[in-house]
Amino acid sequence: MNKIIEIQNLVKQFNGVSAVNGLSFSVGKGEFFGLLGPNGAGKTTTIRMLYGYSPPTSGMLRIFGMDVSTESRKIKARIGVCQQDNTLDPDLTVEQNLLVFAGYFSISKKEAAERSEELLDFFALNHKRDAKVMELSGGMVRRLILARSMINRPELLILDEPTTGLDPQSRHQVWEKLGELKKSGLTVVITTHYMEEATQLCDRLVIVDHGNILVDGSPESLIEQYAGKHIIEIEGPDQDLIEYLKNHDVEYDDLGKRLILYDPERKGMNSTIRSQYCNEKCIYRNSTLEDVFLRLTGRELRE
Amino acid sequence: MIDPAVFSWRFLTVWKRNLVVYKKIWKVNFLTPLFEPLFYILAFGLGFSGLIGKVHYDGVELSYTAFIAPALIATAVMWNAFFETTYASFVRMYFQKTFDGMLATPLSLEEIIIAEIAWSATKSAGAATIMLLVLGLMGFIHFPMGLLLIPMAFFGGLAFGAIGMFFTGIIPTIDMFNLPIFLFITPMFLFSGTFFPVSNLPAWAQPVALAFPLYHLAELARLFSIGTCEVAPLISIGYLTVFCVFFTYLALKAMRKRLIQ
Repeated sequence: MNKIIEIQNLVKQFNGVSAVNGLSFSVGKGEFFGLLGPNGAGKTTTIRMLYGYSPPTSGMLRIFGMDVSTESRKIKARIGVCQQDNTLDPDLTVEQNLLVFAGYFSISKKEAAERSEELLDFFALNHKRDAKVMELSGGMVRRLILARSMINRPELLILDEPTTGLDPQSRHQVWEKLGELKKSGLTVVITTHYMEEATQLCDRLVIVDHGNILVDGSPESLIEQYAGKHIIEIEGPDQDLIEYLKNHDVEYDDLGKRLILYDPERKGMNSTIRSQYCNEKCIYRNSTLEDVFLRLTGRELRE
Repeated sequence: MIDPAVFSWRFLTVWKRNLVVYKKIWKVNFLTPLFEPLFYILAFGLGFSGLIGKVHYDGVELSYTAFIAPALIATAVMWNAFFETTYASFVRMYFQKTFDGMLATPLSLEEIIIAEIAWSATKSAGAATIMLLVLGLMGFIHFPMGLLLIPMAFFGGLAFGAIGMFFTGIIPTIDMFNLPIFLFITPMFLFSGTFFPVSNLPAWAQPVALAFPLYHLAELARLFSIGTCEVAPLISIGYLTVFCVFFTYLALKAMRKRLIQ
């Protein structure tokens, strides 16, 4: 497979403290790749190294086969970056944000006008072209940042939490647009805290914590492997249930007032548990990526 | 040292960005250079000149207003450039994250900083041009030599823009710009041979004034306005060049340390 991003033993330290600790992964052409992890896991640091904002302490980081530390200008000309912060230019209108940004890529005026027209249409911002950035809603701001990151027709799109803080309607609209971009064959790297987003969009993802990769695979395979097909959540479990689970070697997480049972089918105990041990409230549901994520990274609050 | 590969003409795209923004607000902004010299000339001309009489400068007798008129242009160059690369650049860098957005494009940080300094010099040159018209109509500036004040203003703007950008690179919060203004800009504004000749200062203070970049800019402004100056113009030009290069270098270093982590 044609590799767009190659990372080997990537390390980033701030004042001697490692934020990224020997990361290795690669992203192939046309892949929609997710970089997940709890707060402080090193996601944004990795993303910043990807687009040359932050120089790696050590390790190899190549994009399009070029070294990020020596050829960042050539690389940046071919990638689109959607930063976590709103970095839109508040002194400019919506349309000017696209035109001026095109200027930074040395795109001709005529070409820039055509492309911003296209992007305003695609991201449904045409009616706001003369508005100030300050007047936009959160969803429109995100769409404009996305539109801006596409102005140079990038071969690789880097998205750092593109839907954080959005209302459900806006989030779904962003997903729809990202889905269309995915279909067009664009290579995308995304970080997100929304597991639903990662499940829907990503072909493949890694979960990182403390600067290391914990798992690597497609959302479906990771769910299958780490959380099974189904989950039973039992509220107010009694000691008998815990005894039963221990005796029968069923995997579970004990949250005190709640038990989470992984893959009860595999042990064939689904109906027994549900009929005999459901005292208060019992939920039987499909496993999700969120279950995988919480299982692997723990349930304690970060930061 | 700084890798020469980080510099290219691409910096002009950032300069253009500032021009696009300025075009929206120029109607308010150009009033300051239009009216400020009028106020100063009126205040000092009507109010002061009766008290002061003639000023002895470089062996010539000048009316007080004729003495300060060129210096007003020099001080406007300083204020315009210094404010642009301190408050205005800091807002763009820190609050608006404009530089962060630019860094996701082929622009290098060095190009962004050079563009900011060049833009501040452009504002200085613009202000000087308007003041030149006003003061020229009042007869304080001799033409065509007076036109040289425009490139001089750009050149001086680079020097003050560079030191402003250096402060932006090292200052923790925007309020702290008060410090370089209080300790550096204001004393320079008053004691650089702007409102009275440096020869009026006590002997110990004179060399200090000669080290002020504004002194050399005011000298050049007088040379191009009325053809007199105390210091050889090449010394003034040389001093300002060294000052500009030195602080541009420090500004680039400080901004890289601040933003690239």
